[in-house]
Amino acid sequence: MNHRARTTLFIFGGLGFLCFYIWGLHGLPGFGHYPGPYGDILNSLSVYQRHATDVITAVNFDYRGFDTLGEEFILFTSVMGANLLLRKQKDDREELPPRDEAADRVVPPTSDAVRVTGLALVLPIVVFGLYTISHGQLTPGGGFQGGVILASMPLIIYLCGDYEAFEKVTSHVLSEIAEAIGAGGYAITGLIAFAFGLPYLTNFIPLGETGDVLSSGTIFVISVLTGIEVAAGLVVLMISFFRQALVYRKSGEESGGQQ
Amino acid sequence: MIVMQAAILLFVGVAGTAVVFTRNPLNQVMGLTFYGLLMTLMFFIFQAPDVAFSQVVVGAVVLPLMVLLTLAKLKAKEQSKR
Repeated sequence: MNHRARTTLFIFGGLGFLCFYIWGLHGLPGFGHYPGPYGDILNSLSVYQRHATDVITAVNFDYRGFDTLGEEFILFTSVMGANLLLRKQKDDREELPPRDEAADRVVPPTSDAVRVTGLALVLPIVVFGLYTISHGQLTPGGGFQGGVILASMPLIIYLCGDYEAFEKVTSHVLSEIAEAIGAGGYAITGLIAFAFGLPYLTNFIPLGETGDVLSSGTIFVISVLTGIEVAAGLVVLMISFFRQALVYRKSGEESGGQQ
Repeated sequence: MIVMQAAILLFVGVAGTAVVFTRNPLNQVMGLTFYGLLMTLMFFIFQAPDVAFSQVVVGAVVLPLMVLLTLAKLKAKEQSKR
């Protein structure tokens, strides 16, 4: 198919799409006018039913906890898939020390300002990540959000240090174990409900006092487990990418840093 | 508030289009990072601070990093072929 035919086809297809698009836009509710009943019902019920003041986390980890379990395993599977693709292969050899600079370029050292700012950010980020995970049922946040915040900590260390510093604060094996515990723990928390004769993922832990950190039953537990899984999963992903890009070289392949 | 919402939606639209029309992968990653930051701002303005947290780490840091590392790996491979 030549260029002209493709353009003609695109114009006809695009026009058709535009018609349906405008037609579809007409059926939308006005901006900021939420029509469905579910959000309003949950907004008024979640504090009484689940003692959770953040309705979104209550929805994610309880009302539709089974969907979130699926989402969590999507993340788990994709991290494992990337890990498998980026594994060390037979003809790979490790080049040490790893160089993260192009061979034909002189890279200035990281400035002191970046290093100091980065190091000053490390602890606040860890605390903020843990806070976001543990207060998911009270304030905006939860396992997913806190997990990614936690996982950005080793990245900041890489930014203000080098790859060796990154490798020192991370552990591939431990991260994989933590990821498995987080993902498996979620599924097992759901299974425990069976022991009480309840359906899968029913909130079986006493709900506690609204506003307390240790409240809202399984929502808190699942949020923490998800936080572990997400943080560890992202770290596993970063380690595999870093190793493949900076450390592994095919035999005969020119190393990154040396001329 | 409605002005800010309209403005940020417009910016996100423009930045997204710019990322699509950038053909050089390295430049595209830079655009993608900026787009990620705009998305973060958008979630923040639309009162979803928790989604903004995830977006700033995933969209503006982790995703560009993965693309950059892949580009570096490809370049090292290309150099060794010469």
